[in-house]
Amino acid sequence: MKSSFPRSLQTIIIILVAIGLVTLALGGYFNPLTYRIGQFTIGIQTWVSSRYMALVDFLTVPRDLASMQEQNSALQAEVARLQTEVIDLQQRVTETNILSALVNFARANPAYTYKAAAVIGQDPSPFRRYVIINTGSNDGIRAGMPVVTDQGLAGQVDAVIADAARVRLVTDPASAVNVRLQASNTDAMLDGSVTGDLTLDMISQDATVQVGDVVLTSGLGGGYPANLLVGQVVSVRKQPTELFQQASLQANVDFNRLEYVLVITNFNPVDITPLLATPGP
Amino acid sequence: MMTPILVSIPVLALALLLQTAVISRIMLINGSADLVLLILAAWGLQERVHHAWIWAVLAGLLSGFVSGVPWYVYLASYLAVVGVARLLTRRVWQAPLLAMFSVTLIGTLVLQMATFFALTFLQVPMALGDVFEKIILPSVLLNLLLAIPTYGLVRDLANRLYPGEVEL
Repeated sequence: MKSSFPRSLQTIIIILVAIGLVTLALGGYFNPLTYRIGQFTIGIQTWVSSRYMALVDFLTVPRDLASMQEQNSALQAEVARLQTEVIDLQQRVTETNILSALVNFARANPAYTYKAAAVIGQDPSPFRRYVIINTGSNDGIRAGMPVVTDQGLAGQVDAVIADAARVRLVTDPASAVNVRLQASNTDAMLDGSVTGDLTLDMISQDATVQVGDVVLTSGLGGGYPANLLVGQVVSVRKQPTELFQQASLQANVDFNRLEYVLVITNFNPVDITPLLATPGP
Repeated sequence: MMTPILVSIPVLALALLLQTAVISRIMLINGSADLVLLILAAWGLQERVHHAWIWAVLAGLLSGFVSGVPWYVYLASYLAVVGVARLLTRRVWQAPLLAMFSVTLIGTLVLQMATFFALTFLQVPMALGDVFEKIILPSVLLNLLLAIPTYGLVRDLANRLYPGEVEL
């Protein structure tokens, strides 16, 4: 059956209807309708999408969880390893700094030859200020050799075995070191004590001693080489009724944190005991 | 029975190693604990132990070799510690912790006073007041603090070395 409208007229009507719909849409007459349709469509899409993602999660999460747990364990092991490495490296940095300071000290005092040693223990008795070092007669260490750090005088080797030695610190109550006050060029005796405090004794009453004066070894007596730094005067006690002045000394070396020391191996201590006057019969 | 004697060598050597490397560095004022003394005290208090005197001799010689204190001070003091422990074992065996505290107190005082007199005899200058206040009293306190854990460890060791007689 043939249509009663010609094809061109149909086209014109469709175009006019389309123009009319567009005009109405642009005029906002379709907004409520498009809003409802959009809401409906978005709701369906959201539902479909969420169901799809839930399905994907259901299928993939168990595998990811196992993988993540494995990865987490590996990372935790790595963190632990790195933490151990950091601690180890920090300790090495500290050791390197100490050894570097000791090397600098050795370079600044080239007259002596040194043997470095680590402090591995302290005397079991709290009465004595001795430390144990990890070098002994196999390394050429002998009793009587002076022991120093980069900060100054530490003590003297007291006893030696093959691979270790016992060092008597200057703070030991039995220790007595001949020293010299640098500023006044006065000799004195450095005594240790059970508390670890250092005292300068036998200072001439004529000498002018001031807080802050630097104290060096004098070399008298032959037990220690001269001019090793010992410490600084922190207080002076001068009584006109006494024969000598006394002073308290702050040692340069921190004896509570001794880790490495240098043993001066080319200094031969002299035992002057036979020369000392003994009471006659 | 040789095992307890053989075991004494590594046990006391390890104790002395710990003492010199760690415990001597943990100071209260100027005092420090004595792990070897505590082990001897606890060992001497174990009723079934028969070789405490040998442990004391060995510990005395080892400590005397390492320390700057004359060796006979350690030997005599450690023998005295074991002697007091054996004496108290027979008297107050029903209160082992009280006995441990007593032996620790007496033993520490004996060792420290013996050291003081020996060093004074050797003309090492020291004042008794300073020594008592700054070394002896803090050492006693530290030893008393370590007495209980040491007693527990040594009792376990004694139970292992003498398994035939189990305490009920």
